[in-house]
Amino acid sequence: MDPMESIKQTFFQECDELLLAMEEGLIAIENGEADDEIINAVFRAVHSIKGGGGAFGFEDLVAFAHVFETVLDNLRSGKLKAGEEAVKVLLRAGDMLADHVAAARGGQPLPQGQDDDVKSELGALSGEPAGHGEEALADFEGLAFTPMRIEVSDTPVETPAKIWRIAFAPHAALYAKANEPYLLMRELATLGKVEVVCDLSKLPALDLVETDQAYFAWTITLETDVAREKVEEVFEFVAGDCELEIALVEPTPPTVESSAGQETHAMACAADNAPIRAAEKKEVPPAASDSAAKQTIRVDLDKVDRLVNLVGELVITQAMLSQRVLECDIPRTSSIGNGLAELEHLMRDLQESVMAIRTQPVKSIFQRMPRLVRELAAQTNKKVRLVIEGEATEVDKTVIERLGEPLTHMIRNAIDHGLETPEERVAAGKPEEGTVTLSAEHRGGRIVIEVSDDGRGINRPRVREKAVERGIISAGANLSDEEIDNLIFMPGFSTASQVSNISGRGVGMDVVRRNIVDLGGRIVIGSAPKQGSRFSLTLPLTLAVLDGMVVAVGDQTFVLPLAHIVESLKPRQKDIHPFGRGRNLLNVRNSYVPLVNTGALLGANGAVDAASGVVILVESQGTGRLALAVDAILGQRQVVIKGFESNYQRIDGIAAATILGNGRVALILDVDGLVSRCRGELSAAELSEFRPTGT
Amino acid sequence: MTMSEKQEQTNQNRRQFITFRSGEQEFGADIMVIREIRGWTETTPLPHSPDYVRGVINLRGVVLPVIDLKARLGRGRTDANVKHVIVVVEASHRTIGLLVDAVSDILAVTSAEIQPTPELARDELAAFVEGIAVLDERMVTILSMDRLTASLVSAPMAQAA
Repeated sequence: MDPMESIKQTFFQECDELLLAMEEGLIAIENGEADDEIINAVFRAVHSIKGGGGAFGFEDLVAFAHVFETVLDNLRSGKLKAGEEAVKVLLRAGDMLADHVAAARGGQPLPQGQDDDVKSELGALSGEPAGHGEEALADFEGLAFTPMRIEVSDTPVETPAKIWRIAFAPHAALYAKANEPYLLMRELATLGKVEVVCDLSKLPALDLVETDQAYFAWTITLETDVAREKVEEVFEFVAGDCELEIALVEPTPPTVESSAGQETHAMACAADNAPIRAAEKKEVPPAASDSAAKQTIRVDLDKVDRLVNLVGELVITQAMLSQRVLECDIPRTSSIGNGLAELEHLMRDLQESVMAIRTQPVKSIFQRMPRLVRELAAQTNKKVRLVIEGEATEVDKTVIERLGEPLTHMIRNAIDHGLETPEERVAAGKPEEGTVTLSAEHRGGRIVIEVSDDGRGINRPRVREKAVERGIISAGANLSDEEIDNLIFMPGFSTASQVSNISGRGVGMDVVRRNIVDLGGRIVIGSAPKQGSRFSLTLPLTLAVLDGMVVAVGDQTFVLPLAHIVESLKPRQKDIHPFGRGRNLLNVRNSYVPLVNTGALLGANGAVDAASGVVILVESQGTGRLALAVDAILGQRQVVIKGFESNYQRIDGIAAATILGNGRVALILDVDGLVSRCRGELSAAELSEFRPTGT
Repeated sequence: MTMSEKQEQTNQNRRQFITFRSGEQEFGADIMVIREIRGWTETTPLPHSPDYVRGVINLRGVVLPVIDLKARLGRGRTDANVKHVIVVVEASHRTIGLLVDAVSDILAVTSAEIQPTPELARDELAAFVEGIAVLDERMVTILSMDRLTASLVSAPMAQAA
């Protein structure tokens, strides 16, 4: 890749982050939580996008960002109040800026005039006519590579001039990042009258000077009428790399003394201003620690995956080693046994840490939803408020990547089908504005994501009618509420009487369910008429390991994903009923479930008869339950998932493989595949005769 | 052309093959696709797979499918024991193990020494043969590992019981 291209890629990656920060800030403003820091953050995000965009010559982007920035600047200086209308415009502008970035990334500029509406709305807010493209570019060139924006307030200031004493001691890192104290001082000089005293006390004798160390410190006395923030802003980009103390000095005692008396004077000053400094100290360090906490590096995902794989192998090898040692009759209390226990402990920590590298907060996906909601609300003429909870919940990157589509579908459904129109809501005695809640939390080693709405709930008679119409169930089928709700996951099911361009193509919910099941998760519906619906997704935190039950079947060992297991039981002969052509049904508390001999199904030799073994009741989302007869349960453990499809091919009924403690490969069963195949063999007529689930 | 130049040219045309026995026959595979050679270990059988797929083994954390060469060529299953060998082959973007009786040696032959496949009756073998190398009294059948490995994808799945 040519260097410019790779810089451009970095720019776009940064844009993604900046757009997220901007969106987050705008939503805070919308919720009335806006403080100066948030408005500043939004401004900085837009400004950085503009600056970077200019460097790559994305003129449309820069022109738009400039108009946007002007409004934000007015907001920042308090000239503009963040009223409801203004916030709406800002949100639209944020969406448009994201579109501009996407267009620039795709190399296809947005159609001419696409952003005119938003631009003129912004123009109206800032009181300037829209379309200052040239000016924006000119402005940008002036900024070029000093990403610092210092403004002298143009409104007359009533506050009298204050004197700031700034103790500034750069660390070596400041210089290493190509910052130059002189330039900072020159910036300060633009704010007011400046006197600079250099403290050379740390400078060693010439032969002891190391060229990459920092020895100078300065005390700067600044007489100015600008606010403290303006002064801090000068040091914004070096905050983490220097010792900085900005203190207000009483305007009366004139300052400068000889550099020899410097230290004592500073201390005297400190004593004088003790209350102020104490208060200010509280403010400054968090800013510095904040920037330290945000230190990140970009790593190629392949490298992380390789690390994850290696650790996985290490865990297996360690387990094998432990087993071998125990086989040699070495007691656990011996030094070797203790060492192994220690090793196991460390391995677990290592594995968790490595997995943590891949985790990300769900925020990255949740942040996309407010825009979706805004657009859908506009299209459907409904009033919608989106509440987001638990966006800091972390989950594996691969899970996050594959969550986007299902969540989008579910939110579409909630708004399109779930929520009523404002008139209907008022008539039903509900607030005009509907609420859609999107939440995430960790629960029992899994992540639970819920999409709920306070709409009309699932219209069960309508769903049932539709299912009969589509031939999904027979007209006389006796279904519980839960079963009716689950019908919406059937392929080809759609209740929207009119096919809208939002949802209702009948590909929605069955795709959602398939995506979730592919991720090893499950989806549960809760719905109450007139009160709303709730869709709960339960997902594993990572796709690399799985909680499984290890079972023996004849001469083989299989792993069943724990997520699919409902219960295990020892069947009685009288509960096994022959059914149809050589099949059996098992009576589990008066619910009849197809009983399958796992050994026969998967070609294991020497499997025992169902009646003398153990039965594991498994459940597949949507397709129902199945009773799998196995010889014995060997235990429950976390297994590392190993694919074999890349070296071979997909096998019906097998999800993946894993390596057990003895080094042998064991196959992980694909419960959904097994259930749908075994149940598929029963005809539709047979299926409607017995109740699919026991609930 | 001097003698040494001539020698060099011949060397460039030489290909190296690893030869191994399966049943009563000797086969060769291009050395470039062979990753390693290891002893037989008990496999985990894969359900609904053809009889020549012996199952999978753990090769340092990688799940490796093992193909019985004798069965693949339609000559019956190998009765595998500790003396048998698994040749690990990487071809067609896949890594597989090939169960053979024993590995014999390394052979360097020029392309001229490889004869085209004689017109045989169409059997399983014909699809994978690249040519035949005849050296003194020995006849080595050169197999195309690419074709052998790729054939796994299209291998018909045995119907479920």
